[in-house]
Amino acid sequence: MQRFYCIFWLGLKEVMSLRRDWVMMALLVWSFTLAPIMEATGVASSVNNASIAFADEDDSPLSRSLATAFFPPEFQPVVLIEPGKGPAYMDAGRFIFVVAVPPGFEKDLRAGRSPEIQVLIDATAMEQAGIGANYITSILSAEIHRYAIGIDLVDAPSISVILRSAFNPNRDTVRFAGIVALIGQIMWLTTILTGAAMIREREHGTIEHLLAMPLAPFDIAIAKIWANAAVVLVAAGLSLTFVMQGSLGISIAGSKMLFLVGTALFLFTATALGVFLATIARSMAQFALLVMLIVLPMLMLSGGETPIEGQPAWLQAGTLVLPSRHYMSASQAIVFKGAGIETVWPEFVWMTLLGIALLLMSLRLFRRSLAQIS
Amino acid sequence: MRVEGETSDIRISGVTHRYRKHVALDSISLELPGGQLVGFIGPDGVGKSTLLGLITGAKKLQSGNIDVLGGPIGNSGHRHRICPAIAFMPQGLGRNLYPELSVRENLEFFSGLFAQGHSERDDRIVALLAATGLAQFEDRLMGKLSGGMKQKLGLCCALIHDPKLLVLDEPTTGVDPLSRRQFWALIDAIRAKSPELSVLVSTAYMEEADGFDRIVAMDAGQVIFQGKPAELKGSDDDLEIAYRRLRSQELPVQSEGKNKTNVQIEASPVIVARGLTRRFGDFTAVDNVDFTINQGEIFGFLGSNGCGKSTTMKMLTGLLPSSSGEALLFGNPVDAYDRKMRREIGYMSQAFSLYGELSVHQNLQLHARIFAIADREQRVSELTERFGLEEHRHTLATALPLGIKQRLSLAVAVIHRPRVLILDEPTSGVDPEARDSFWDLLIELSRNESVTIFVSTHFMGEAERCDRVSFMHAGRVLAEGTPAELIAIEGVESLEDAFISILEAAEKPVSVVAPEVEFGTKSQASRRDFSRVLAYARRETVEVARDPVRLAFAFLGSAILMLVFCFGITLDIDELEFAVLDLSQGPESRAYSAEFAGSSYFKATSPLQSASEGRDRLVAGEVSLVVELPPDFDRKMSTGEPTQILATVDGAIPFKGETVEGYVSGLHQSFLSEYAHSNGKTQIDIARIEPRFRYNQSFESIAAMAPAMPAILLIMLPAVLTAVSVARERELGSVVNFYVTPTTRLEFLVGKQIPYILIAYANFLLLAGMTVFLFGVPLKGNPFPLAVGALLYVWATTSYGLLIATMTSSQVAATFATAIASVVPTIQFSGLLQPVSTLEGGAQVVGSLWPSSYFLHLNVGAFTKGLGWEALAPDILALACFGPVLTLIAALCLRAQEK
Repeated sequence: MQRFYCIFWLGLKEVMSLRRDWVMMALLVWSFTLAPIMEATGVASSVNNASIAFADEDDSPLSRSLATAFFPPEFQPVVLIEPGKGPAYMDAGRFIFVVAVPPGFEKDLRAGRSPEIQVLIDATAMEQAGIGANYITSILSAEIHRYAIGIDLVDAPSISVILRSAFNPNRDTVRFAGIVALIGQIMWLTTILTGAAMIREREHGTIEHLLAMPLAPFDIAIAKIWANAAVVLVAAGLSLTFVMQGSLGISIAGSKMLFLVGTALFLFTATALGVFLATIARSMAQFALLVMLIVLPMLMLSGGETPIEGQPAWLQAGTLVLPSRHYMSASQAIVFKGAGIETVWPEFVWMTLLGIALLLMSLRLFRRSLAQIS
Repeated sequence: MRVEGETSDIRISGVTHRYRKHVALDSISLELPGGQLVGFIGPDGVGKSTLLGLITGAKKLQSGNIDVLGGPIGNSGHRHRICPAIAFMPQGLGRNLYPELSVRENLEFFSGLFAQGHSERDDRIVALLAATGLAQFEDRLMGKLSGGMKQKLGLCCALIHDPKLLVLDEPTTGVDPLSRRQFWALIDAIRAKSPELSVLVSTAYMEEADGFDRIVAMDAGQVIFQGKPAELKGSDDDLEIAYRRLRSQELPVQSEGKNKTNVQIEASPVIVARGLTRRFGDFTAVDNVDFTINQGEIFGFLGSNGCGKSTTMKMLTGLLPSSSGEALLFGNPVDAYDRKMRREIGYMSQAFSLYGELSVHQNLQLHARIFAIADREQRVSELTERFGLEEHRHTLATALPLGIKQRLSLAVAVIHRPRVLILDEPTSGVDPEARDSFWDLLIELSRNESVTIFVSTHFMGEAERCDRVSFMHAGRVLAEGTPAELIAIEGVESLEDAFISILEAAEKPVSVVAPEVEFGTKSQASRRDFSRVLAYARRETVEVARDPVRLAFAFLGSAILMLVFCFGITLDIDELEFAVLDLSQGPESRAYSAEFAGSSYFKATSPLQSASEGRDRLVAGEVSLVVELPPDFDRKMSTGEPTQILATVDGAIPFKGETVEGYVSGLHQSFLSEYAHSNGKTQIDIARIEPRFRYNQSFESIAAMAPAMPAILLIMLPAVLTAVSVARERELGSVVNFYVTPTTRLEFLVGKQIPYILIAYANFLLLAGMTVFLFGVPLKGNPFPLAVGALLYVWATTSYGLLIATMTSSQVAATFATAIASVVPTIQFSGLLQPVSTLEGGAQVVGSLWPSSYFLHLNVGAFTKGLGWEALAPDILALACFGPVLTLIAALCLRAQEK
């Protein structure tokens, strides 16, 4: 009982110290307000304002109508270029797409000679090239079909496919980017806060002071973990309500409570990671470098930046041990798809197990490192 | 080097210096004649260091004027002219030296700062090392030297360029008495040899000031006395008493050096050490130490910094396990995990180690709670009163004066009424009155409450107040006994003399002489060449090479992140799981499903029974697409009636959703044309639209990703490393060498930058190698423009790191600020995710002013697009502008003096 009491007060001390640490408080506020807003609104959907050029060698009413079929926000106004100049422009990075309409295109079409339009795509623009090519192909073929139906060349198609975008009917990117940004901030900040608190204690010599009292290394680490986790949890909850829902107008399909429970589970692993990194780093500067090397890959591979399905199979298996991946996937299911506990429980179990494993490991290391304080 | 027609006098007039609201110096005016040894005395925090910093030009003058060597130090032209004639050794042992460098490398670096030729340098180094007895430690790393040796090395580095003005800020604090004596002997020898040398020195040991030509006593930012030591002393026995008298304007209450109450101490051992030994690697910090401390005794532990006092104390508290031997507390072995035993001990570590962010009251409460003291409130208020902390109750601990902080630490250490107190140098840096009141508290605890006190100190005056003392040196206890006994055994006058004679017996003292270098040898300090740049570059290279973490970050970091990014950020999505709700169950509907299942994009899962099941599986993330074929699909297909298929795509991840939609449209079209074909109705392809993926026909993301990633990695890592190296100098204090030597801002920055340009370039080659050999992306274009452009790019990115470092104060801030300030613009504006041609307005402007945009185009152009000189020339020209411009801006932003 006395032990819980000590852990509680030590943790409370942590919160009081944090309140007076202006740098960390500023970082906390920035991370949960402006940073996710910037990230969410900065990244537009993949095909946005794409640069496109037409090399029109036909110059017929049809080809001219094709050139006017592209609209913002997906496309910039079409630029007409001289035939043959497309590749050079593309080398210079001026256009991502160049559409080449051959001479006599309209005449050949009317004659049923099935003429060919070439669409040059800069395949080094990975995010835009694939989807943009689909857009352009369907815009061009819709336009050509409308023309063909108009001159009675073909019948209206009989079978059509209706595409429905589930969970996100308007293909809104702000919601996705906002939530991913929030999750990223939670990861960064929790690790940095906990680790920095640990190292500060060591650099100021207060850790020895604590250890000379009737406290075990376990108590000290747990106090840090609960206090920092609690601070981040409250901040994340506020950010979810006031920044995500309030300012960005993001709708949360599932239970906010469930999301916060998942967050709390994840925070255990993230704080344990902070303790772990602080234990192996010899100074604050080394810690800062380590955090970048560890947290950045954890975020990149979590499935927030790019879909997990894009990773090679061996890597997909490997990233199963990343708590960030489970947190990301549970959060997406809850926030975007309205999933309940019956759906996300496996992810919660994963996070709990990984958190316990990491915590035990860092506690062992922490104890060992204390024996080496000189 | 001499500047003609100058005077070596120092004239200070009306100098005031503030740190925020705190006034460190309060309109000081002083005249100091040249060629003298002038001492500044007073406890910590009275403004000694600030004044010395201003005189040397290390700190920027805020108001007033100081004439040094014939001109105002506030004038940057004059300062630059005379700084080759000034040497400054800042406070803190070896604070301006480089721990990762050997003794010789340190000296070579300082020599390089004054542009000395190789033969001159070697002559000087040999002479200095021989004179100070450091010659045999030439190759030892500075960080591994003892306190006395660090101090000698500091002096050697200061003397390497024959200064006319030598400024030493507390050179002897924390050094053992023997080394201290040797140090002053060395200074005297040097002064005898070159009488024109002016030496300014500050000290907290008043007794040292006896031998100075002149002393300046300071208190609270003001000069309270200046003149000859004898004048200050007057009728008093020693300078400390005289100083106190001066300060309080009245005779202090005579607090005797000895304890008045000489109670008989019972011989019941409380702390016993038997053969206690502690090794760190091959270094023995504590070597076979024995002693016994009895109940109620004040046992003093004397020794220099680093002699093993703290390590011994930590072993006794159980903080550190011993390597061999045993430590007993109340007859039981000390056990690190025994919480009961810890309740018997109060420990106060060397530095102030309470929570500065908590108030006095909160600190006391917290500790009372941890010790679960029953009468908590009562105990806290009792201690607050007894230790004189009432008026500071709600002050933050960090804002307390040092003397009060120490009292608070003691209050915290005794809060649980321990029977043993272990105090590690509790009074260093505290002013004499505060020290006295602290000792009164200790004596009271010992005499009235029978608390056993084990205290370490390097003040002889305090040692004299202990019941028994023990001398420790280099890990061993050399002597033990009551102060009177020790003085009697050695047959000397004072405890300090006793310590010195014991030390001299223990180890043969190295003799020190003035270095045999002709003082006044003309060194070409003002010669403009690359010597200083190279000195910095060489030193930085050695330091990085010896720091495993930074080295690993520099090379492994980029390799690891390259792997993660290239494997992790792939946008090729295939084998996505999908499910079909086939309500028609006819041949056509099955053919339609087969079209999807047969493609490489999709992988079929078990068919659905209902629409709601499809929804559930989408929610659970089991499938990314649900295709619903209506009941009349087959019938309408055969009759040619219009019918609709519903494809529901998981749109939660927008990019993935849109990609899947594209796949669905494509497969639907190909189903239709196949259907038309198989029914003989050759559907006329009215026109064909032929997409051609240029540069990357198979449209694999790795071909685009692998050459794009170096653009971000080669800005983030080099910029962070460079920024950290500059911030580190500032944090560790060695930046003072840049402030007080002739090094210009550009020389300092470029010198530090060169090693990182090389590291970054090696990284570029590593990443290019990985791109070709690991990720199999061939270099289709011309490698030469790429090689040139990459060099220009890493020049630009390291310069960017320098620029950010000039705006941050700590290494942590430098790391995160640089990481954010390099990664965010690169991702947003350089075309990494969104091509530059799709950016609008402001974003496009930022993109065009950002070096990564050009390097990205260059690297992708050379690798994937197969471009050559002509197409890449604009990028190279743009990149060539960034490095020089950013370095110049950084040089303008860098402060050449401390604030």
